[in-house]
Amino acid sequence: MKIPFSYSIRNLWARRLTTVLTVSGMALVVFVFAAVLMLAEGLQKTLVQTGSYDNVVIIRKAAESEVQSGVERLQASIVETQPEIAMDEDGKRLVAKELVVLIALPKRGTDNPSNIVIRGIEEKSMGLRPQVRLMRGRMPKPGSSEIITGLSIAKRFEGGGIGESLRFGMRDWTVVGIFDAGNTGFNSEIWGDVNQLMQSFRRPVFSSVIFRLSNPADFDRVKQRLDNDPQLTIEALRETRYYEKQSEMMAKFLRILGITLTVIFSLGAVIGAMITMYAAVANRTAEIGTMRAIGFSRRSILAAFIVESLFLGFIGGVVGLFFASFLQLYTISTMNFQTFSELAFSFSLTFGIMYKAMAFALAMGFTGGVLPAVRASRMNIVESLRAS
Amino acid sequence: MHILKLILKNSFRHKLRTSLTVLGVTIAILSFGLLRTVISAWYAGVEASSASRLVTRNAISLIFPLPLSYKEKVRQIEGVKAVSYGTWFGGIYIDEKNFFANYAVEPKTYLAMYPEIIVPHDQMADVLRDRKAAVAGQKLAKRFGWKIGDMVTLRGTIFPGNWDFNLKAIYQGRDETVDETAFFFHWDYLNETLKQTAPGRADQVGWYMVEISNPRQSAEVSARIDTMFRNSLAETLTETEKAFQLSFISMTEAIVIAIQLVSFVIIFIIMAVVANTMAMTARERIGEYAVFKTLGFGAFHISGLIFGESIAITMTGACLGIALTFPVAGIFARQLSNFFPVFIVETETIYLQLAASVLVALVAAVLPTWRAVNIRIADGLRRIG
Repeated sequence: MKIPFSYSIRNLWARRLTTVLTVSGMALVVFVFAAVLMLAEGLQKTLVQTGSYDNVVIIRKAAESEVQSGVERLQASIVETQPEIAMDEDGKRLVAKELVVLIALPKRGTDNPSNIVIRGIEEKSMGLRPQVRLMRGRMPKPGSSEIITGLSIAKRFEGGGIGESLRFGMRDWTVVGIFDAGNTGFNSEIWGDVNQLMQSFRRPVFSSVIFRLSNPADFDRVKQRLDNDPQLTIEALRETRYYEKQSEMMAKFLRILGITLTVIFSLGAVIGAMITMYAAVANRTAEIGTMRAIGFSRRSILAAFIVESLFLGFIGGVVGLFFASFLQLYTISTMNFQTFSELAFSFSLTFGIMYKAMAFALAMGFTGGVLPAVRASRMNIVESLRAS
Repeated sequence: MHILKLILKNSFRHKLRTSLTVLGVTIAILSFGLLRTVISAWYAGVEASSASRLVTRNAISLIFPLPLSYKEKVRQIEGVKAVSYGTWFGGIYIDEKNFFANYAVEPKTYLAMYPEIIVPHDQMADVLRDRKAAVAGQKLAKRFGWKIGDMVTLRGTIFPGNWDFNLKAIYQGRDETVDETAFFFHWDYLNETLKQTAPGRADQVGWYMVEISNPRQSAEVSARIDTMFRNSLAETLTETEKAFQLSFISMTEAIVIAIQLVSFVIIFIIMAVVANTMAMTARERIGEYAVFKTLGFGAFHISGLIFGESIAITMTGACLGIALTFPVAGIFARQLSNFFPVFIVETETIYLQLAASVLVALVAAVLPTWRAVNIRIADGLRRIG
């Protein structure tokens, strides 16, 4: 014999203020929980999509990032001649020797400078990164002081828009194009001709060499050959692995932050739900006694109360997720501790996160409701009928 | 007096509910305090900076060095008392996880600029005698169990190779706001090695530390330094040490703002929990309030009862939370010492916790009070549960 579902729902309706308060507490917790997951997911997306699996990044041994690395011209030329490098349609090798340095640029509307990656590119740099497309304007002419900027630089940094100009390395550089790199880290970069940039920054060495493998499975062979070459002091990494390593610290930070916040917050929300459910049980002692007397079993009373608190959690979850979904409009820009440079990523909501957040909300409801429900189902019929 | 007694008795009528609420408030106020402490730990470097120190670095960005030859030029500028220089070494001790700041500096002049870093005299003399010598902070030495005389090897990331140092001194901070996790060694050691391995990178420094005779003149002196090197191959950017530290924080501003927001969200959540408790309390006692009204007590007394109860419950939790903040922050400080070298609960944090809990107590009591005061006597007496 089951107690109808509507009984539980109408109970929540009977004490509207309490229900609203409990639900809003839970919704806030779910909101924070989802927000942290969305951030971690957004970061992951940005970094994973930045690299492609069949690209190889060459940096100096022991360097942690392209910024710290230096690959001399001779060594870069040796890397360029590896037989495993893929060819483009025009029969040229898909390889680019690049320079990566940081410059401090102020954000629009503030004078807070951030460290921006500026990348010296060669002809094939664009082809090596299929996720990057030129959105507006044109590519910089080789041998000129022209640059193109990533979408988020164009939007958020002083002098990053098309037709504007930036001053660094004792020259003025005109922005002739804006590129969109989707969700990737390249969106926070500025690109210009590698030889011009090397001149103006007075850096006689490249930072990295990037090439595409004609067969992705050849990676180990190339790596071994480069490692064993006594002329070279470099290491080869798959591009995906390289970008993953770049953000390990940030990802760990978000994880720690997420776990601690979620634990603390959910404690608060569970306590809120418990208070609500205990009160619901205490207020309805006579009601419960009546139901038992009519012949409802202990189990169905337990179920009715658990359904009630699950429903609280469910509403909380829905409301929290509803507000969290608006976070997708925001982009977070911060400094990546490891590369010391600007990194922009946005909140990204996936079905996986929705399931997790809903499961979490229901779990909170269940945890808050289980003890009061047990208490309700264990009541002695005669005594509870007496109570009023 | 009777009113107080009644409030206290009322507060603990529902032992389970009250203790749950108190527990919730304790957790919330505790975590609020910890989050605020994280934020102040973030700003620790700014707080510890001195107004009489300027930092001169390459205008392009911090990763570009400055020539060593600038040192004498800066020293001659009016208003400059002393100049020293340093380079971010970025070495790794065994594993990346063991991150700590390590700098190549000119130890004599550099440490003289930091009166808050205290190195025993005899140890300092040893450091100056040995070119491979290094100075480590007390916390850092404790973390890895280093003793004076130990050899410490760092793996270079910016400057390739394995670098051996002899730990000759351990410094202490003048007070607890000083970072005791840094590692200093001779810039000469780095430079001499570079002259052999990468001559193009030798005789370059990461930044100059400039001590000025009059802290009020920092803007003028900064401008003088930057004007001197304008249009040179390495233009400079000079700012006070505080501004320099703040520029790092502004880069990670998003995170700081997020933590601040979260600390307010937790207050909102607990507000909902306490308001919920108060709403139930008032709902149960509507009959009693009606009796009070019948006896001639006014709205003032009834709201006093409800507000008093709300304050009593919240404050019990808040006091517990504040009391727990110190030991828990101590545990955090030990666990997170490589992220936050300085992790101290500030007095301001305690005031904020108190203010937050008073706010929670007052806001939580508003709606139930309004309901209790406005109910008609007959309805109140008739109403059940």
